[in-house]
Amino acid sequence: MAGKKQSLSFEQSLDRLDEIVKHLEKGDLPLSDSLSLYEEGTGLINACSKMLDDAEQKVVKLKKGPDRTPIEMDFEDGQ
Amino acid sequence: MDNQAITVSELNARIKGLLESDPMLANVCVRGELSNYKIYPSGHHYFTLKDSESSLRCVMFKSSASKLRFRPESGMGVTAWGRVAVYPRDGAYQLYCSALMPEGTGDLQVAFEQLKAKLAGEGLFDPAHKKPLPEFPGRIAIITSSAGAAVHDMIRILGHRWPMAKVILLPVRVQGIEAPPEIVGAIRYANEFDVADLIITGRGGGSIEDLWAFNDERVARAIYESRLPVISAVGHEPDVTISDYVADRRASTPSNAAEIAVPDCRELSELISAYNIRAGQAMRKKLSQLSDRLESYRSRPVITNPTAQFDNRRLELDRIRERMIAAAERSLHAGRQRFVSLAAALDAMSPLRVLTRGYAIAADSDGNCIKSIDDISAGDRISLALSDGSAECLVEKTEKSK
Repeated sequence: MAGKKQSLSFEQSLDRLDEIVKHLEKGDLPLSDSLSLYEEGTGLINACSKMLDDAEQKVVKLKKGPDRTPIEMDFEDGQ
Repeated sequence: MDNQAITVSELNARIKGLLESDPMLANVCVRGELSNYKIYPSGHHYFTLKDSESSLRCVMFKSSASKLRFRPESGMGVTAWGRVAVYPRDGAYQLYCSALMPEGTGDLQVAFEQLKAKLAGEGLFDPAHKKPLPEFPGRIAIITSSAGAAVHDMIRILGHRWPMAKVILLPVRVQGIEAPPEIVGAIRYANEFDVADLIITGRGGGSIEDLWAFNDERVARAIYESRLPVISAVGHEPDVTISDYVADRRASTPSNAAEIAVPDCRELSELISAYNIRAGQAMRKKLSQLSDRLESYRSRPVITNPTAQFDNRRLELDRIRERMIAAAERSLHAGRQRFVSLAAALDAMSPLRVLTRGYAIAADSDGNCIKSIDDISAGDRISLALSDGSAECLVEKTEKSK
């Protein structure tokens, strides 16, 4: 899959996926276009599923640095 | 009598002494209606407490007035605490009020209603100002106490539903006098450094006093001014705070805020599988339509028996040829018949035939047939054609028939 597609956000991926499926369901595209859309859709589905499956929550505590910019610190859940 | 006269100051001092020695007047609690309520530039509040028959002058110094959690107004029924003392300059006694409490509802309730009305009037609750929440937030700022159960509930639910989002905690105190400025500071800071896509601010349940920071005007204004969408999540279901009204979304509890803030990844997984199924179905349908079409071409006669169309032509050609031959034969036969009859007719008309019966054809020297006696005269040379020869003759005499 092209790197460009991977850089789509989850939201964009879902939107694109919706568009692709609707296109395919309309069924008025030439076969070769349908096939490449299908391929793109499958790629997006895999990428989205992977994003969901692999996601691991990150929790940080924000502290004001000396120059006021935020500094991220670990947040110990359950403290 | 004149000798016994005392000064006004002495009299007032005596009265003051009398009044101020009464322990009951030193700490009195009095109920009445506020009237003529005035706040002086000095910060002291002056008003009159009255009932239907009587009135009492009151003063509340700035130090006490600054602790008021509602805005006293004329006409309001209140309970006032304080001490009664004389103001010698005017020779008047008055109530030095240390605290005021609205009658009936608590002072906080009144303050709440007043602030709500004020901010509503300014348009801070206007639905048109409310920002939509991001559908899939990547970063969520939580502005609350890092100690309470609320923060852990939120982190747990966010992690469960949408682990893709990074949770950024901005710890603040959520009760006490420092709470409002800290909450305000955190909201502004989150906006200034764009630390998140969405802010949740709130705290777990508690008394109206515990939740009070979220009824603070400064907090309300900071939420209103926030560029980042804000979900307000204060207390339990029935608790409603000013923050709830100003925020872009109100959550009934901190846990509910976490549910509102993010989608559920399990639902999304289902959505994605549904897309997968739909794409597969659409593709199979497409392929089967194409293959049906292909099949329909394959079964057409031109493909299955490409010479079939020539067979028909050939048959047609044969038929035409037969018709042509028949027509030719017919026309030949008719021709022959006509020829025979014409030949017979011709034969019958032939002068030569007549000659065989003893007739002769007379012709002049130019070969013209002589049909009348007027055509010739004596001395002309004529020829006579007989059936089997000719004779040159000399006309000796002509005689016209009568």
